[in-house]
Amino acid sequence: MNRTDPFVEFSGVQKTYDGETLVVKNLNLEIARGEFLTLLGPSGSGKTTSLMMLAGFEAPTHGTITLDGRPLNRVPPEKRDIGMVFQNYALFPHMTVAENVAFPLRVRDVAGPAIFERVKRALDMVHLTSFTARRPGQLSGGQQQRVALARALVFEPKLVLMDEPLGALDKQLREHMQMEIRHIHERLGVTVVYVTHDQSEALTMSDRVAVFNEGAIQQVAPPDEIYERPSNSFVAQFIGENNRMTGTVEQREGGQCRVRLDDGTAILATAVEQATVGARSTLSIRPERVRIDPAPGAVANLFDATVEELIFHGDHLRVRVAFGGVSDFVVKVHNSDDRPSLAVGAPVRIGWRPDDCRALDAVG
Amino acid sequence: MTATTASALAAGLGPDGLSLKASLARAERRSRLVSFALVAPLLLFIVASFCIPLGFMLYRAIDNPEVAETLPATVAAMKGWTQGGVPDEPVFAALAADLIAAQKARTTGLVGKRVNYEIPGARSKFLKVGRELERAPAGGPWKPVFEKSDPQWTDPVFWSALKRIGQPMTAFYLLSAVDLRLDQTGALTRQVPDQAIFLDVLFRTLWISLLVTVSTLVLGYPIAHLLASLPPRHANLLMLLVLLPFTTSILVRTTAWVVLLQTNGVLNDVMVWLGLLDERIQLIYNRFGTVLAMTHIQLPFTVLPIYSVMKGISPAHMRAARSLGAGPVYAFTRVYMPQTLPGVGAGCLLTFILSLGYYITPALVGGPLDQMISYFVALYTNRELNWGQASALGAVLLAVTMVFYAIFNRLVGIDKVKLG
Repeated sequence: MNRTDPFVEFSGVQKTYDGETLVVKNLNLEIARGEFLTLLGPSGSGKTTSLMMLAGFEAPTHGTITLDGRPLNRVPPEKRDIGMVFQNYALFPHMTVAENVAFPLRVRDVAGPAIFERVKRALDMVHLTSFTARRPGQLSGGQQQRVALARALVFEPKLVLMDEPLGALDKQLREHMQMEIRHIHERLGVTVVYVTHDQSEALTMSDRVAVFNEGAIQQVAPPDEIYERPSNSFVAQFIGENNRMTGTVEQREGGQCRVRLDDGTAILATAVEQATVGARSTLSIRPERVRIDPAPGAVANLFDATVEELIFHGDHLRVRVAFGGVSDFVVKVHNSDDRPSLAVGAPVRIGWRPDDCRALDAVG
Repeated sequence: MTATTASALAAGLGPDGLSLKASLARAERRSRLVSFALVAPLLLFIVASFCIPLGFMLYRAIDNPEVAETLPATVAAMKGWTQGGVPDEPVFAALAADLIAAQKARTTGLVGKRVNYEIPGARSKFLKVGRELERAPAGGPWKPVFEKSDPQWTDPVFWSALKRIGQPMTAFYLLSAVDLRLDQTGALTRQVPDQAIFLDVLFRTLWISLLVTVSTLVLGYPIAHLLASLPPRHANLLMLLVLLPFTTSILVRTTAWVVLLQTNGVLNDVMVWLGLLDERIQLIYNRFGTVLAMTHIQLPFTVLPIYSVMKGISPAHMRAARSLGAGPVYAFTRVYMPQTLPGVGAGCLLTFILSLGYYITPALVGGPLDQMISYFVALYTNRELNWGQASALGAVLLAVTMVFYAIFNRLVGIDKVKLG
């Protein structure tokens, strides 16, 4: 087996429940060995169905999934050797923590002493060694999630699936567990497929993110690329904050184009494939990439705007401005001591580089 | 906060100097009274219609008024007499006076019947001597009248028995309900073989209840699982079918079984017609018919608690077990089944305890050897008019039920049981 061959491969996978609508449309995805891949998307986008097909709980209506070169279509879930962590942990309430973690080893007829040793190691890894005799009901949500993690990893599967594992935890614990899962992944080198609808979770944890919408993958790329260079307006909209402006592509030169907004304002932007001359396009720019009072000549797009609203966020300030025909345009200003003084109703000069603004497909 | 309130709080005292506990109790007193008033009607109803009658019935099992009330002078006269012989004239005189009074009140038969329970044949002798006493010359001596009437009256064994029967309370009925008795010397012995039937009946009652419980479990567990895993639309329909028997009376359902199962009934007809049977077989008025009809009635009681527990088990558990390497059978037996045990325990306990008290169904579709303890309670209440025995059997049934409940509680833990 060549290391560059994909470890997991979805090819032409479709899934329908009612024979009418496709929940997953023609999914093609390759996952490399040792990779941390996140399936990100709103609910009903097909990400969980894709995960369930990989785990073996749902059968694809068309196409094949291979794991390590082996087609999985006829392999039942228990023969796939895939560890799985469920949204609500799915710990067995009638067993102690140690029995839960030992379960996959007992199924595999591992000898008693070896079970003890491996359970201890797995619980060490998630810092729960002293909880072996407790029942899941006596643990907090975070502790239960660690047990579920230990249980999914104790039999050393090459692939671990996680279905929104942190969804039920509060924010602080969630962030802590994100780092912990990330570190365990780095240490063990297992391949992880992680499903979430939380974009910040996807960005912080993953090697690559696959953004799902309406049963199809919109973009697969490393987190920074997903954020900086969304390939369509759904991705731009779904990941992070985004100012949207609609217009028509007027002129295109290499990677750049000029888009004329409906009120006549012309904006220079980076063009993606769909932005051909004459086509409608949605411009997308991140609020933190907009500059207030830019140095002369630093940016190609420069506008006179009016401050509409100031919202204080502690570490930053959000400034809603209006210019041309655009009214809900947000600029993010860092709360540092050299921040410009702004007042509601006052005129302000804003601008951005064409590199930071992307001309995407038109929506709405 | 001032320094004084802070120190008062530290001492567990509220601002008005009362302890915090006292102020809490005072604050909650009103709401507690209201909630008590709301449940009071039900409480009164249960006390009046259940606890008090139950107490009376239990008391009946040891109550022994017949001799003590009808022959008060005799009982008093026998106080001074020590057992081991035949009493002298004063006791006979007292007995004569009591019996003459009883003849007038027409209660001689009552005493005779009570004594007859322990000394067979005694009733007719009481009636005979009663008639003779009325004709005998007033003023005595009375002993010769008795001596002439029957040798029983000079039998020391009879007299010690009568003294025992004259006491206001007796263990006779309770002992008899478990096939024990006190012999003439007052020692505990086994009941004479031809009257020792109640232990058999008790074990039969337990055995039939166990058979019914196991049958409902075997039939009901898969149904409950199906109910819990079907999509709601289909599950509702199936649930309706499970509950359908509740809408018909037990009597109707049991009679329907008679129609189906009797030798010239539907089932036999069909099987003979299909050529499955050469001769018609006995399907009813035996153990098979009894267990079948009772299983049919009890099925929903077993199914519903199991269903409600199964409904609460997340499907993710089975998936988790499968993903961890367990095949469907292993996952079912190690992960799913243990989690259904509280429901299985509740359903089986409910069915077992309800089955212990069955009366109509065994009476209609069972044979003579399938009658359960309730049949005998009814028999003694309605036909024999021996309420003491009926109450004693009821008390034994109650005690057995409570013993099983306690065993169950020890094994499974009643707090783990879920009825819904």
